[in-house]
Amino acid sequence: MTDKLKSEAIQNVPQEGVLKSVSRRNFIKGVISSGVAVSSASYLFRASSLLHGQQPAAGVGERLITLNVNGQQRRVDVMKQETLAWTLRYKLGLTGTKLGCDRAECGSCSVLIDDIPHYSCSVLTHTVRGRKVLTIEGLAAEDGTLHPVQQGVIDEQGFQCAFCMPGFIMTAVGFLKTNPNPTRLQLAHGISGNLCRCQDYDKILTALMRGAENMRRSSLG
Amino acid sequence: MAVIRDVMAAFELFQPTSVADAQKLLEQHGPDVWVLAGGLDSFDWLKDRIKKPKVVVDLSGIGELRGVRTLGNDGGDGIEIGAMTTLTEVVNHPIIKQKYDLLAQAAELVASPQIRNQGTIGGNVSQDTRCWYYRSGWPCYRAGGNICYADAPEGRNREHAILQADRCVAVNPSDSAPALIALDAKFVIRTRKGERVVDAEDYFVGPDIDITRLHILQPGDLLTAIRIPSTWAGAQFYFEKIRDRNVWDFPLMNVASAMVTSGDGSPGDGSARTIDRIRISVNAAAARPLRLKAVEDAVRGKPRNVATGEMAGKLAVQGAVPLQFNTYKIPLMRNLVKRAIVGAGSATEEATWAS
Ligand SMILES: Cc1cc2nc3c(=O)[nH]c(=O)nc-3n(C[C@H](O)[C@H](O)[C@H](O)COP(=O)(O)OP(=O)(O)OC[C@H]3O[C@@H](n4cnc5c(N)ncnc54)[C@H](O)[C@@H]3O)c2cc1C
Ligand code: FES
Ligand code: FES
Repeated sequence: MTDKLKSEAIQNVPQEGVLKSVSRRNFIKGVISSGVAVSSASYLFRASSLLHGQQPAAGVGERLITLNVNGQQRRVDVMKQETLAWTLRYKLGLTGTKLGCDRAECGSCSVLIDDIPHYSCSVLTHTVRGRKVLTIEGLAAEDGTLHPVQQGVIDEQGFQCAFCMPGFIMTAVGFLKTNPNPTRLQLAHGISGNLCRCQDYDKILTALMRGAENMRRSSLG
Repeated sequence: MAVIRDVMAAFELFQPTSVADAQKLLEQHGPDVWVLAGGLDSFDWLKDRIKKPKVVVDLSGIGELRGVRTLGNDGGDGIEIGAMTTLTEVVNHPIIKQKYDLLAQAAELVASPQIRNQGTIGGNVSQDTRCWYYRSGWPCYRAGGNICYADAPEGRNREHAILQADRCVAVNPSDSAPALIALDAKFVIRTRKGERVVDAEDYFVGPDIDITRLHILQPGDLLTAIRIPSTWAGAQFYFEKIRDRNVWDFPLMNVASAMVTSGDGSPGDGSARTIDRIRISVNAAAARPLRLKAVEDAVRGKPRNVATGEMAGKLAVQGAVPLQFNTYKIPLMRNLVKRAIVGAGSATEEATWAS
């Protein structure tokens, strides 16, 4: 990071004292639910170490648009060439969506767009205006009750490091919307566009099958 | 950690809502424009900054480019698939499944579910080659230089061409292309001068005709639709794709055939039916998907049995020239062509997934 960027990034990071009293997770949760945040620029600058010396021209070429994310209307400045994963993580603070390969080759960035699983690393944010984006942060009910598939994952302890988990869960939720009662083989097919580095696909499948069962049960009763 | 080059260079983005508007934009911006469909081939080029268009025209807002329509009374003249129809929509479409299942089978084997949810049929047939030297931005023939790195003494060419190479040895990687050729599809192109309809096999070009692109689209042209005539509706179909992993991977080779037979019997027991009509196509063997016309001519009127399949396989690979690391593609192609004629026994998708 250049010195200039460093100082700007520091200016945009909330004071230590504030952060101490609120855990990082709660802080992020607060940011997410209130829909407002520290300046979006802090996310942008924090991410800029990825740019290998190419400074993003903050503000230049950005346009203020409204996105429907997790049922909320979010106003956000978006570059023409910006991917949805980038906007979600670095502008909206929704870091549950992970970036693994950034090349449509791993699935960790999977989100639902109008209920269909997409790799958010490979979608231009400007193309989802007017469409409904759902990320892992938007799955649980308002009162905090987990989504049946999330609960299935907890019940079966389906993941190890869990970096891949949000992507797997979003893909499974999307698949189950149109295939609520899959065989293990069909579900394996449905989530075949997601990779796990820790390599416990069998456990992952068991957890997601449990999630499917939970989903069917919750829609019954 | 790998170098992350994930921020595309800035471009101006246009999102027209009609083909006419899109064409106007293409005309205005000439060679600086990139046409964006699902983007799954495009983003590699833009993220790696190998291609740096000033303007991107996104077709995803053009409703008239999306969906499947029937032609003639009750679809008697076939169907028309809008270029922006996603591969998932193609796979699930009831008429395609029922009458033109060859295309559904091929489309279902592309990449991964998420890629099929977004990748379009127009993008699938218009995508560029996967040769990594070219895609990494090396100044090869295809990129306007005067060397082929894949064909150089140290070149890595396991995935490259065995037929019709001319300086460049890259192959066309599309899975849907051979299925469309076997179904005798027509591609509808909007050029500056008006609409042009070409046979599927003529949409694709080898390096002898144009070494810088895999298809006939010129800057400013749009592929608007793909028409499938009813000629092969409900015929016997065969599609097989060979790849390293079951998901994501491009074909090392694939084959598609449509066939109509008559008489009694089955290929297994020596009482074979006669092949009356057939079309067969192979991809990832050359820079363009190959229609195997000589094979079609040789097997027409012959019994559909192992002997005919073997004869066809041998004929198909005549003239094949292997590179250092892809000799395996010759027996592979021979066997795929044979199976496309005789059938493959138990090599089903289910068996592959259960293993
Ligand atoms: C990880 C990965 C794995 C893949 N595996 C496979 C595979 O196994 N088999 C396979 O066949 N493909 C594969 N693909 C390639 C590709 O993503 C898909 O084939 C997809 O269908 C491409 O469609 P798209 O709409 O995303 O194309 P885009 O990237 O939007 O377009 C591809 C090209 O076609 C041009 N184009 C698109 N539509 C039009 C149009 N209507 N008029 C004029 N030009 C147009 C674009 O300008 C661009 O040059 C893979 C891609 C990735 C990233
Ligand atoms: S980060 Fe999007 S698929 Fe890997
Ligand atoms: S649990 Fe570690 S990557 Fe999947």
